[in-house]
Amino acid sequence: MPHDHHDHFHHEGLSPSGHPYRSDNDEPLSYWQCMEIAVRELLIEKGQITPAEIAVQIDAMDARSPANGAAVVARAWVDPAFKQRLLDNAGDASREMGFDIGPLNLIAVENTADTHNLIVCTLCSCYPRNLLGLPPDWYKTREYRSRAVREPRAVLREFGVDLPAGTTVRVHDSTADMRYIVLPARPNGTDSMTETELASLVTRDSMIGTGLPRQP
Amino acid sequence: MGGLPAGAIPQDGHDFALWEKRIDALMVLCGGKGLFTVDGLRRALEDMGEDAFEKHSYYERWIAAVNQNLIEAGVYSLEELGQRMAAVSRRGATYGEAQDG
Repeated sequence: MPHDHHDHFHHEGLSPSGHPYRSDNDEPLSYWQCMEIAVRELLIEKGQITPAEIAVQIDAMDARSPANGAAVVARAWVDPAFKQRLLDNAGDASREMGFDIGPLNLIAVENTADTHNLIVCTLCSCYPRNLLGLPPDWYKTREYRSRAVREPRAVLREFGVDLPAGTTVRVHDSTADMRYIVLPARPNGTDSMTETELASLVTRDSMIGTGLPRQP
Repeated sequence: MGGLPAGAIPQDGHDFALWEKRIDALMVLCGGKGLFTVDGLRRALEDMGEDAFEKHSYYERWIAAVNQNLIEAGVYSLEELGQRMAAVSRRGATYGEAQDG
């Protein structure tokens, strides 16, 4: 990607080369890192949370990946009854497969031959993190959040998805308690593939709507 | 900001650092224990003003919002926070050195 688009404004969160600041344990302590340490220690001292709870939470976070969502999508592709349950209540259907969805409402939106769905959180960064892991950086940018609802077709072209003019594009704006996941259309030529093989075609971006599944 | 004009979408990513993952974990755990709500977090984030989005990174804004809500909830006081941050700073020059123990 060209980097000239960073010229418009300066992010302190970006390095001089225009890349995200990658703080690590041996970087100079920042004000906000100092605050994180202080807040964490005070929460522990006040008996509100334990170090073990934090460790478990981070492990759970690290364990979540788009592979979880891909497994759900592949199941929907091979099992029409499951697909219907997924479209009726994506949270409950995902829980059937053993995924912890938490208390939030999860809605699956289906891509078809004539409709393409795209998800965004214009407010902040709400994302189906229980099925996809933490959101990619671009999902949280001002640029994506501003433009996804204004010119979704242009945004999709930037991601390499050029839809026919006749395709309906639906943009779903997430909220804190209402998350969306895209159920991409099953690619042609996959009739003989197993559920596991199908899952390998399902990319993270295809479940956000900024991408399409891989072709077999 | 939905609907406002904006430039090309930056596609560079980065791996989350430990301090960022910890902030995410604190946010989820505090929410789960009812210390504050996600609406409380949003209100604190919105109160920072629009330029906070340009000046601070994602998890910097989140720790500020978590802290604001915990002080308002009476979990600890502003004085306790200030004293602790000063103590943390004295421990060392890097994030690793500033950990307790």
